[in-house]
Amino acid sequence: MTIGLAQYLAVAAILFTIGVFGIFVNRKNIIVILMSVELILLAVNINLVAFSAYLGNVVGQIFAMFVLTVAAAEAAVGLAILVTFFRNRGDIAVDDASVMKG
Amino acid sequence: MALQAIAFYLMAAATLASAFAVVSAKNPVHSVLFLIAAFFSSAGLFVLLGAEFLAMLLVVVYVGAVAVLFLFVVMMLDVDFAQLRQGFARYMPLGLLIAGGLAVEMVLVSSTVAINGAARLNDTPAANGHAGAATNAEAIGRLLYTQYVYFFQAAGMVLLVAMIGAIVLTLRHKPGVKRQVMMDQVLRTTKTGMRTVSIKPGEGVSE
Repeated sequence: MTIGLAQYLAVAAILFTIGVFGIFVNRKNIIVILMSVELILLAVNINLVAFSAYLGNVVGQIFAMFVLTVAAAEAAVGLAILVTFFRNRGDIAVDDASVMKG
Repeated sequence: MALQAIAFYLMAAATLASAFAVVSAKNPVHSVLFLIAAFFSSAGLFVLLGAEFLAMLLVVVYVGAVAVLFLFVVMMLDVDFAQLRQGFARYMPLGLLIAGGLAVEMVLVSSTVAINGAARLNDTPAANGHAGAATNAEAIGRLLYTQYVYFFQAAGMVLLVAMIGAIVLTLRHKPGVKRQVMMDQVLRTTKTGMRTVSIKPGEGVSE
């Protein structure tokens, strides 16, 4: 059986779904939610690189690089916010984080 | 071709298994370690696709920086993680339902696209440039530094802003800590840095 675009896209789709599933089942643990977001972005990257390879166009890989950049920045800022939140409240339960709700 | 298929299925299975372990592990430290495994095996998938440069970038940036950052934060925060897992079983059916629906939709769409659509333009992997002359990294560089140079600069700006933001958010000045004051050091002369005192015999020096 030859490996085509469909196989890579299926892997990316399942990975994306696992990420969404992780956000749903770990509603209280914001660290795992951040990791799930990383998984989702990784799935997007696999899609971009697979299309780039099968269309013979490098632009997809450049976009994957930009996605990687934004994901790294997002992880850094998200974890910084998490650390600040932990310092202020002593735990990281996102259910209780309703201070800005008015 | 068979070898490629074996490698693909191995990497894909490893990626998906460790991704599932990320979201279902009891201990967040294990989650981070499985995240590293997922990134490693998807880097293998990238190599199979002919995108060596991105595979290397994934290992360096994700495994080397982002995952270690996660590990650092998980270990630094002193949290009762067992308590955070409450409600896992309660949210499970809803999560499975939505995730399953999403997966079926995306696999349908992508297999349709792959069979009838874009992939028909070119059936063979050809990411290594058009004439096969340039390597993957060279092809990316040629495009990135010419046509996409402004995007490249913008990406650098994003990273700079994120870095400043993370520092501003987490920096904390403790009172009572002695700090280096550059201004005082630079302005110090022999006149201000030294003084002569006359000491009475038998008393010693007292500040």
